[in-house]
Amino acid sequence: MARYKDYVAAQSLEEAYALNQKKSAVIVAGNMWLRMCGLNRQMAIDLCRLGLDGIEETQDAFVIGSMTALRALETDAALNAAFGGAFAAALAPIVGTQFRNTATVGGSVYARFGFSDVSALLLALDAQVVCFKRGAVPLSLYQKEPWDRDIITHIRIPKGQRAAVCSVRTSATDIAALVCAAARSQAGMRMVLGARPARAMIVADALAPESGADVFEAIAARTPFGSNLRASEAYRRKVAPVLMARCAQACREVTA
Amino acid sequence: MNVTLTLNGRQVTAAVEADDSLYTLLRALGMHSVKCGCETTNCGLCTVHMDGKAVLSCSVPAARCDGHAVTTLEGMQEEAKRLGECLAGEGAEQCGFCAPGLMMNVFALAKENPHATEAEIDAYLAGNLCRCSGYVSQRRAVKRYLESMEVQP
Ligand SMILES: Cc1cc2nc3c(=O)[nH]c(=O)nc-3n(C[C@H](O)[C@H](O)[C@H](O)COP(=O)(O)OP(=O)(O)OC[C@H]3O[C@@H](n4cnc5c(N)ncnc54)[C@H](O)[C@@H]3O)c2cc1C
Ligand code: FES
Ligand code: FES
Repeated sequence: MARYKDYVAAQSLEEAYALNQKKSAVIVAGNMWLRMCGLNRQMAIDLCRLGLDGIEETQDAFVIGSMTALRALETDAALNAAFGGAFAAALAPIVGTQFRNTATVGGSVYARFGFSDVSALLLALDAQVVCFKRGAVPLSLYQKEPWDRDIITHIRIPKGQRAAVCSVRTSATDIAALVCAAARSQAGMRMVLGARPARAMIVADALAPESGADVFEAIAARTPFGSNLRASEAYRRKVAPVLMARCAQACREVTA
Repeated sequence: MNVTLTLNGRQVTAAVEADDSLYTLLRALGMHSVKCGCETTNCGLCTVHMDGKAVLSCSVPAARCDGHAVTTLEGMQEEAKRLGECLAGEGAEQCGFCAPGLMMNVFALAKENPHATEAEIDAYLAGNLCRCSGYVSQRRAVKRYLESMEVQP
């Protein structure tokens, strides 16, 4: 279990950022993952008093505070209406409601978990990660970078897309053995595979919406997969085209 | 450091360590209904309400509770009696270890979706693990409880 000597509920982002420049400090969001990490740090910096929880809809995007709970994304009517119910579908399988009432979107994005349903969907939706110092960074880039000491303030998701998510789990509430997320915009369809078991990656961009089984099989053939306790590499490669076909179909249906 | 919270409707001030969890604080305050099953956010046994929402007390930092309202089963005895009767009536418990967490999450469900379907009950309670019941009898009991709330005087 994580151990800290001091706890600070930061009063401003400036304060949180300044305190977080020390290697002996750590940012606390939902604390669901951190709690289990066995970290031993001097200081825990809690972002809970910075008003970073909330979902704002602008003309061309949804801007989500980094401390927004996964459950809020799952149940937000406007967000789900805009993206074909993809947030509800992607997040509902994660552990349980109590868990999702506390786990945050910022913690999910920062951690860059290979198994993340959250990152897979946000990547398909071409989300941007807004950091306090760096400003906006495409998630597709952020996702590949090592952990830094900046603070995620918001996640920005452009509107005008339809999305769908499918996952395979060996048992309900476990982490996924494979996640597929797709988003369809005017540019075509973007396909993401996560829990490969490595970090989610864009496996196809600007796909024709009517792409069929042969296209998905070709994508699966060139995508790097691995084996772990939850599934073998061969299983993942076999199942991936099916998940891609289901997501593509769902995107077509919600667009129709 | 000290935290002041509203616990089951009463203001309480207590000293906490920087890395204490809400679970540790509640046990220290004598809330023995709150139990710890896994301490890894998986089992749901430590569920309490914070500002009306069900949360896993094993992972909420105690220091974060300063200025917030926390409710445990000790503060919901009337509802617990009613739900307890439904659980017993449907044979939905054997050892009963999972009950405190399950009950707190059922109360959250009753508030959020009092007419929940069976599928919605299953989805809402997915994070409350039970090694004995097989879940089907729990689902029946929860349905019965929600229905009893509809005719509550
Ligand atoms: C048992 C368990 C099962 C899970 N299953 C799934 C699953 O099936 N699917 C899925 O998608 N996810 C799953 N997760 C991951 C979960 O959804 C969250 O991503 C995870 O708990 C991190 O979110 P958090 O808010 O708890 O962050 P924390 O645990 O508080 O923090 C995680 C990391 O992010 C850093 N951090 C947090 N917020 C910020 C910020 N704003 N800026 C900079 N750094 C920050 C912290 O310093 C820490 O390093 C699971 C987690 C657990 C513990
Ligand atoms: S003890 Fe908190 S979820 Fe198991
Ligand atoms: S009745 Fe024994 S764990 Fe649920």
